[in-house]
This record gives sequence, C-alpha cells and structure tokens, in this order.
Amino acid sequence: MDTSQTFRFAHRGPSPLVRLVFFASLSLLLLFVDVRYRYLESARISLSVLMLPIQEVATLPDRLWQQARERLYTQNSLVRANLRLEMQHQQDAAQLVKLNALTQENLQLRTLVALPPPSGYTQQMAEVIYAERDVFKRKVLVNKGSMALVQAGQVVMDDRGIVGQITRTYPWMSEVTLITDKDHAVPVQLLRTGMRTVLLGAGDTSQLTVRYLPVSTDIQSGDVFVTSGLDGVYPAGIPVGKVVKVERDPAYPFARVRCLPMAGVDHYRYLLILSSLAKPLELPIEPESTVKSTPVKLKK
Amino acid sequence: MYYLTYTKATLQRPASNFLIVLTLLLALLFNALPWQGVGLILRPDAVAVVLLYWCLQKPGHIGIGIAWMVGIFSDVADATVFGQHALAYSVMAFSSMMLHRRLQMFHLYQQIPQVFGMLTLTYVVYALIDWQLNHTMVWWYFLGCITSAFSWLLLSIVLQIVQQLREDHDPL
Repeated sequence: MDTSQTFRFAHRGPSPLVRLVFFASLSLLLLFVDVRYRYLESARISLSVLMLPIQEVATLPDRLWQQARERLYTQNSLVRANLRLEMQHQQDAAQLVKLNALTQENLQLRTLVALPPPSGYTQQMAEVIYAERDVFKRKVLVNKGSMALVQAGQVVMDDRGIVGQITRTYPWMSEVTLITDKDHAVPVQLLRTGMRTVLLGAGDTSQLTVRYLPVSTDIQSGDVFVTSGLDGVYPAGIPVGKVVKVERDPAYPFARVRCLPMAGVDHYRYLLILSSLAKPLELPIEPESTVKSTPVKLKK
Repeated sequence: MYYLTYTKATLQRPASNFLIVLTLLLALLFNALPWQGVGLILRPDAVAVVLLYWCLQKPGHIGIGIAWMVGIFSDVADATVFGQHALAYSVMAFSSMMLHRRLQMFHLYQQIPQVFGMLTLTYVVYALIDWQLNHTMVWWYFLGCITSAFSWLLLSIVLQIVQQLREDHDPL
C-alpha cells in the first residue's frame, strides 16, 4: 500500500520544474518581504519556539563541560583567583570613589552651564547561548529575550568594552550583532585626539576598520577608540577598539586602519545588556522656536 | 507497524517516515552545535546532506516541497533571511529529481562527484543570495561542499546499514 502511494505521488501532480518555479518564487517573495518590510518577525518567533529544544540540546555538551570544569577547580586555583579578584576589587573601589566624585562634579558643572544631565542606563546580565552557525555573519544569541524586557537596539558589552547590539528579540532569547559584523557601525571618538569617526566591522575577520580616513589624519597604532555617544544608541565613553595597524599608502587617498575590538568579542560567556534611557529627539525643537521668534522681533 | 512483510528483502522498500524525520532532526542538531573558526568553515551542511540523501533515495516521497519546508526551519535556526536556505534546498531537491535515475547507474563512490556538483549548486545559490544582500563573498565558505560530499558518502553507508539491519529483523 505504501509503495502504491509512492507510485501515485511520483507520477501525479505538477512536474518538478513547475514545483521548483513555485517554491523558488515563494522563497524569493519571502526574501523580499523579510528584507524590505520585516513583516515575518512573528512567524519567525513562533517557529523559533519550535527550534528551541534543538538549540537547547545542541548547547548541552558545552554546558555540561563548563559545569564539569567548574567542579574540577582546585582549591589552589580558587584561592589564587580570589586573591586576584580581591586586588582588582580594591583597585576598582579606589577608582569608583574617584569616579563618583567626578560624576558629582560633572553634574554640578553641567547645571552651572545649563546642560541637561547625561542620560543614565540600567543594565542586566545575560549569558551567551550560542554563536551563529553561519560563516557570513557575526552574531550570537543570548538567553534574555522580550520576556526580560530586552528590546532591539540595546547595547551589549562585556567588562572591557562594546560587544555589539541587540538586533532581534525572541521571547526567551535575543540576537546580538557583534561589532565585527560587516554591516555594523559604531560612532566613535579617538581618545587621544578627540577626532570623531565611525568604526565598522571588517566582516570576514574579527577586526574593525575605519573607512575614508584621510592619509594626513593623526592616528597611530595603540590609539583607543571610545564611543562618542552621538547616535543616542551607544552611551558615550565606552571603549570599542584599539588601533593595531595604520597603512598610509600614497597611491590611495585614504589611510587603511585596522583595529581590534577591546571586548572579547569572540570569547566570553556573560554579557551586559544596557538599557539606554536617552531621549535623543529633543534637539530639533529648539532651532524651530528661535526661527519663529526672530521674525517677530524683526517686525517690531 | 511494518505490515509490508515481503518474503524477500527488496532494495526499494520505503524507509520509515520516522527514520527520515529523525535524521533530519539530528542534522538540524548537528548544524546547531557550537562550531567555531576552522570547524565552522569545514562543517558539512548536515541538513543539506541528509535532505539530498532522502531526495535521491525516495524521490517520490521527499521532494521540493519538503526541502523547502526544512529550509524554512534552517532559516529560523540560523537566523538567516527567510527563504535563503529554502531556495537553496529547493534547487538542490530539483537537481536531485533530475539526476536520481542517472545516479542509480553508478557505484556509490562514483556518485560522489555528482553529489558534490549538486551540493556546490546549493552552496552557490545560498552564497549568491548572501552576496546580493550583503555584497560580500566569503570564498572559503565553499570548502564546505567538499566535506559535505564526503559526509554524504558516510551517511549513505551508515543509513544503508541501518536499513539493512531493519530488513533483516523485519520478517521476525
């Protein structure tokens, strides 16, 4: 009975070519709709719930290995780690006191010159579930999703610098696009000279690059880029990358700059998701009011 | 369950749907394992390999439609654009439908170059879509074709042994 069904199936219905054309055009339609309009996010979320068990099982060996390693820590290494952390903590505490004083002073100065206080941000920890299995992309999935109020656009960092940005949220996890992704750009400032530019992911390597930087720019290897905070997405002053190589080829109008990310973009387990409380759309109102008020004064 | 009790073991007896679904799930699992670096480059696309195996083995059963559906699941698992895997796998299923009769004339080892061709076609379709979207081409991505072709050989041997075992047990 089974064989007869197979037989009928094979010889009935539309021809393979028709079927290919149908499914290929369906795929292309989906591609177009997904890229252009992003209508399919809800479908993706519901399908991702189906895929969740598979992803859980796939990360199981790694998690078991981590747990086993945690159990196998020796007393000696724990004591050493504890000592190191204690020293780090003391150093950090001293710096924190200084930072608090500076923040207070900064706030006072800002009120003196009537600037709005810098926007703060809250943060939450998340653990990397797994890195994207695609050679074309630099993305990781973390275990906090829209249930934990994570939103697309939030900034992700580790203890050393910017790691990336949340680009898509699912109920129980979210997708982080790393700063080394080719399409990813971070507005930055050179710490030494204050020059503002945009740091882009190199794509095929775990590096960052600056495009269209004139040959005469004052930049050297060892320089550090921090976020400029101009975009309203990234909080200002967080380390992003370190310049490792500057090539000044006279044949090209632009210098070729290679940077390495400060954060351990490819090797970390715990990340911080920052929820920025910034309201970036306040500026444009003021010029409008001044424009309106000036003609009135002129008439008088 | 297996009410088709043939007196002699036939080569063409249908594989159970359970086995097909199980291998596809295992393939999705394999692709979802934490691959990194060189491992990621050389990782065979297990879903493509398993799909191709079943497309060639059961051309009436597993066709373009199922390949497309599995592709959609792969798209969700890999967080790629909807339709990227689906289109690549549909094209692969089509090519296997065109070639499966010809492949039957060859010995298993002689089938490898043709399977390699079909897998390369799949990889090319996938990479072309990515190139269209992101304007980059990661050339060493195509190394995966070679490992995929060889894992197809491995899979064929293993699954034929599995099915042989089932047939041996069946009359009892």
